Amino acid sequence: MLRRYLRLLGVRLRASSLLAMQYRADFLVDGLISVFWMITALVPLFVVFQNAQRDIEGWSFGESLLVIGWFTLLQGILEGAINPSLTGVVEHIRKGTLDFVLLKPADAQFLVSTERFLPWRITNVFAALVVFGYAFHRLGRVPSLLGVGISLVLLVTSVLLLYSLWILTVCAAFYVVKVDNLSYFFTSIFDAARWPAPVFRGALSFVFTFIIPLAVMTTFPAEAMLGRLPWSALGWAILGSGLFAFLSRQMWKHAIGRYTSASS
Amino acid sequence: MSVRGTIRAFPTLLRVGVSEAVAYRAEMIVWFFSTTMPFISMALWTAVARYNPVGRYDSEDFVRYFLATFSVRQVTGSWVAWQMNYEVRQGTLAMRLLRPISPLWAYAAENLGYMPLRALMVLPIVIFSLVHSGAAALPRTAWGWLFLVLALVGGWLITFLANVAIGSLSLYIESSQRLMDVWFALFLVGSGYLYPVELFPSALKGLLDWLPFRYQIGLPTEIMINAHGFSEALGLLARQWAWVAVLLTVSVVSWKRGLKRFAAYGG
Repeated sequence: MLRRYLRLLGVRLRASSLLAMQYRADFLVDGLISVFWMITALVPLFVVFQNAQRDIEGWSFGESLLVIGWFTLLQGILEGAINPSLTGVVEHIRKGTLDFVLLKPADAQFLVSTERFLPWRITNVFAALVVFGYAFHRLGRVPSLLGVGISLVLLVTSVLLLYSLWILTVCAAFYVVKVDNLSYFFTSIFDAARWPAPVFRGALSFVFTFIIPLAVMTTFPAEAMLGRLPWSALGWAILGSGLFAFLSRQMWKHAIGRYTSASS
Repeated sequence: MSVRGTIRAFPTLLRVGVSEAVAYRAEMIVWFFSTTMPFISMALWTAVARYNPVGRYDSEDFVRYFLATFSVRQVTGSWVAWQMNYEVRQGTLAMRLLRPISPLWAYAAENLGYMPLRALMVLPIVIFSLVHSGAAALPRTAWGWLFLVLALVGGWLITFLANVAIGSLSLYIESSQRLMDVWFALFLVGSGYLYPVELFPSALKGLLDWLPFRYQIGLPTEIMINAHGFSEALGLLARQWAWVAVLLTVSVVSWKRGLKRFAAYGG
């Protein structure tokens, strides 16, 4: 069963790559544009730290760079692997072509989640590595092996969180049909993950920790790399992301159950 | 169509725009919530300025600045480039061209039709800002009000015309969507939307004074919160309207030349 799905994933990845390679000029332009995006994403950081002579809420420039690095990495995953497929679901629902997906002999959630990938987003991963390198160069030390290990575990939980949140957003599309803006809404909220979580206070801090767990996605891994993430936080992150994944899966099943096909 | 005909038809087009805005109100509310960036910037910058003011901005000033930015963004928005891209690709632009009025006027009317409803959504924010930081949240002088209106109109015109200019490129290349993304990225950084333009290093700030982005959001915002004296504001306003003139020329020329190529779709 698992092997079958892995093979299916492989097939779909290859199809997306071929599709992307077909338009080589586009491929290049898109790569260039994503580099450009990343550079503009760094500008705010420089402006903030140029004006704040000291740390911001206990985060120095180098440490904040780590958060940006994680943000870049997750953004690559979001825009390269999650966004394109799930934007497709919304389109399917509107056009009524979701029926064809539901007819196929594989799990519908798996099928819609692997529909399309944007391979050039891999540039984000390299960019993130460059940012990490520069950050540790500024901090004048190297991350501990244990820290890197923990941050990799957290990478898994972050991706799971992102994916689950997206599924929840997509489920909303079953109820309100026109949701083009929902994806824009999601990305603009995700933008807050660029800053270390302690910057946000009061209501925002609550929202970004428990409701839309941005703090868990970028600040926790950065802290793990710095070797100062408490073990309990790791536990909560794993538990929380598992819970979110379960919740989104239940929501998806519920939404699919309620879905009336285009013809009925 | 003659100029007179256009002028006569415009109010009707505006009314159509308004009813469209009312019809898609749910979508508009989602959009409203997806422009929450100023609130995130606000949280960030008040954290930066918690102990020492940044430049001449302290925490209070940042709250005022970003509330104003949010309001300005709502009433100067334009999305014509996306619309044009879509209509060129789907071929529905042909239908617009059949009507006896230039599509550019129709686009403008549609965009402007959304403004009353958007202004209505902005109202609570402005009232909150007034309650929170007193009279300083709005212009204190009569010329300030006049300039604010001019700057808002100019800001909208720059956004709209830039959209038209880039959107009509989709008549030459299949899609100008990516170019619009680049413009949008530059806009985010250079417009004062994420932070006051003043906070940039001086070399970069000098450059931004010459680019159009700052005049889309930054200038109206600054005038709204009384950041400039009379002569300074006048100078900036002159630059803004110079950009309006430049973009008007560019967009009309590229639209007209592009249309000749579009004829190919029709047969």
